[in-house]
Amino acid sequence: MSHLLVQGLSGLASAASLFLVAAGLTVIFGVTRIVNFAHGSLYMLGAYLAYSLVTWLPRGHFPFWGGVVLAALLTGVIGVVVEVLVLRRIYKAPELFQLLATFGVVLVVQDLALAVWGPQDLLGPRAPGLRGAVDVLGERFPLYDLVLIGIGGVVLLLLWLLFQRTRFGVLVRAATADREMVGALGVNQRWLFTGVFFLGSALAGLGGALQVPRESVNLNMDLAIISEAFVVVVVGGLGSLPGAALAALLIGQLQAFGILVFPRITLVLVFLVMAVVLVVRPYGLLGKRPGGHAASVTLPEPPLAGLTGRGRAVVALALVLCVVLPPFLGDYALVVLSELAIAVLFAASLHFIMGPGGMASFGHAAYFGAGAYAAALLVKHAAAPMEVGLLAAPFAAGLVGLLFGFFCVRLSGVYSAMLTLAFAQIAWSTAFQWVEVTGGDNGILGVWPSAWAVPKLAYAYLSLALCLGGTWLLRRVIFAPMGYALRAQRDSALRAEAIGIDAFKVRWLAFALAAAFAGLAGALFAFGKGSVFPTTMAIPRSVDALLMVLLGGVQTLIGPVIGALAYTGLHEQLVRVTELWRAALGAIIIALVLFFPRGLAGFRRA
Amino acid sequence: MLTVDGLHAHYGRAHILDGVSLTVEPGEVHVLLGRNGAGKSTTMKAIMGLVPPSAGRVTFLGQAIAGRAPFEIARAGLGYVPEDRRIFAELTVEENLECGRQKPRDGQRPWSVERVCELFPSLAAMRRRPGGRMSGGEQQMLTIGRTLMGNPRLILLDEPSEGLAPVIVERMAAAILALKAEGLSVLLSEQNLSFAYAVSDRASIIEKGVVRWGGTMAALMTDEAARRAYLSV
Repeated sequence: MSHLLVQGLSGLASAASLFLVAAGLTVIFGVTRIVNFAHGSLYMLGAYLAYSLVTWLPRGHFPFWGGVVLAALLTGVIGVVVEVLVLRRIYKAPELFQLLATFGVVLVVQDLALAVWGPQDLLGPRAPGLRGAVDVLGERFPLYDLVLIGIGGVVLLLLWLLFQRTRFGVLVRAATADREMVGALGVNQRWLFTGVFFLGSALAGLGGALQVPRESVNLNMDLAIISEAFVVVVVGGLGSLPGAALAALLIGQLQAFGILVFPRITLVLVFLVMAVVLVVRPYGLLGKRPGGHAASVTLPEPPLAGLTGRGRAVVALALVLCVVLPPFLGDYALVVLSELAIAVLFAASLHFIMGPGGMASFGHAAYFGAGAYAAALLVKHAAAPMEVGLLAAPFAAGLVGLLFGFFCVRLSGVYSAMLTLAFAQIAWSTAFQWVEVTGGDNGILGVWPSAWAVPKLAYAYLSLALCLGGTWLLRRVIFAPMGYALRAQRDSALRAEAIGIDAFKVRWLAFALAAAFAGLAGALFAFGKGSVFPTTMAIPRSVDALLMVLLGGVQTLIGPVIGALAYTGLHEQLVRVTELWRAALGAIIIALVLFFPRGLAGFRRA
Repeated sequence: MLTVDGLHAHYGRAHILDGVSLTVEPGEVHVLLGRNGAGKSTTMKAIMGLVPPSAGRVTFLGQAIAGRAPFEIARAGLGYVPEDRRIFAELTVEENLECGRQKPRDGQRPWSVERVCELFPSLAAMRRRPGGRMSGGEQQMLTIGRTLMGNPRLILLDEPSEGLAPVIVERMAAAILALKAEGLSVLLSEQNLSFAYAVSDRASIIEKGVVRWGGTMAALMTDEAARRAYLSV
């Protein structure tokens, strides 16, 4: 009994930390409608700043808590800088571009933190006077965690007062419902947005700063916390503060007791709960269906045209080069060529659902990884040859796509992006935690091609053949009845259904088909590297795919090909020329979104 | 007081306003009449900056306001009451009114929650009620009151009688006349001709994004040809 109580208390402590971060994220989303990926980076910065301040200031109660509060306020200021420099300019851009821009900020902050604080884990001092533990019915419970629970409650109360009792709070709540109307009533939304960003960022910073006495400060904190915060915010309902509190409690307890009951799947469990909630209540526990005042008139996309004279000639020339050129290339160039081919298929598969399908996936890496792991597992555990692995991969990834897609294609916009992300995180957590089968973080090694494909030249030809073939097949589907139905439901789901198209089934099948081709790309990737790691399905790889598609233009057929080549080339060059390649890449992403807020390359209309 | 000159606006590729021109004099109630889809609401949204005008000039109290942000236009003294009311459903009556509150203007008696409740006594009894749990008529009163809290010199009132019971429509007419008596100018959009006649001094009839007829309300009531051409269904 006392054991359960202690477990519940530690669940409350993690709920308190989660709430601080999620509250900021949900308030920012509610008003600005931006899903801020960089919120985890602000949390991380809060922790680093608190570490520096607390170790630099003299010991004692006042300097410690002063340092924590100062770190939170500084983080708030950093959030305002990000809002003014980047986000303020893209409030009208499509959701995915906003998500990408904030991911650009994540990359920049990662490299900045690395440059300032170094790669090692930093252990900060314990909170003065709170080092010990208290006795709870005979069990020991850390005093600091008890204080943390208290702080969570106090912050909740203060936020409640702010939102109920001040003009700022009333305006924030009004803007969450209908920000255009608030503007028409004479309220300058800029200040409201900036104020909300300060508040949300300071809360994230506070959450990070309060972790310093509990755990080490490191460079992985940002993506670790943002996934959890997304879960809390989405489960609670995007934009709902009470929802965030409720969901934080739920997730905190789930983690605390999940460890007792299912110690091996704690990570999966959280995302599983999120998936279940979204299926039952698509807008979260306390969320509302997004308002009908978006005043946007969506126009149908222009019809796609097949290739004509000159286009055919260029493609034919490129194909001839792919056949003729490889024997003259060195091993390194051949490896790059294989990787380019794989990137093209991966991008084309995502493009298939985004462009003609009109769906967004923020978790396409799941299917790439599913293919890679399926092939690697067959080789490792069944001693299957490469050919079997390559054949099985698209089926395995397609099955995963059928399963995940069944839930994801029902939603749209941010909600669908969040759900695809959640499923990708389930896949990632499985690879990470199921050590017996997947080797966990150590991955699966020795995934080599069959003898004939070991030479780099042979493998390059194999990759080219399969990837270009796959890309061509996807293109064929776009011009087949299935493709017409897909494009019809994108432009108007209602009209498509009225002429007898089962929009759900079309979207679902397209999703699975895209997953299958991503899986083929993943398997080729695995055999090319000779190994598979959980990073194959981590968030950055999903972002890679999105960038390739957006770079090339969503509503063009050649877009993903060009985007994949440009992005992979850019990536290679950046890694070669600068140690700060993440920051450089992040800056480029931000610049692209800022200067092409309505879509890149002028291909996508507003 | 408010001059609209050659105003154009688009929704996507659709050309909704094709050069609307009209003038609202100080202290008058000016009604914009026209059939469904003629461009009445879009004219109001374009004046307010909610739909960016693609061409044309809007002058209010001597300032050019076309192309400015809605909040700046509101602060210049132009109030907007949307057709669909756009009450903040989760906020109480008082909180809704608070959202509209702006600084008092020189030479004007400032609006307050109490004053709004004097104008619409039925709101006084429900100051703590969430906007989402009010009847259509109550919401209409609240949305007008919310805009008045910004102490406007002129209000754009988009179809205030739509979907309301006749007794409430009468009360709306009385409220508009009371506001006019205080010196407030009103640009009203209406489909209900008898309501418009009861409150308006002058009228402009809009069709396919252009003003086709303009004159006093009395002149319109005697000009049966114009009514038949532009208003009868």
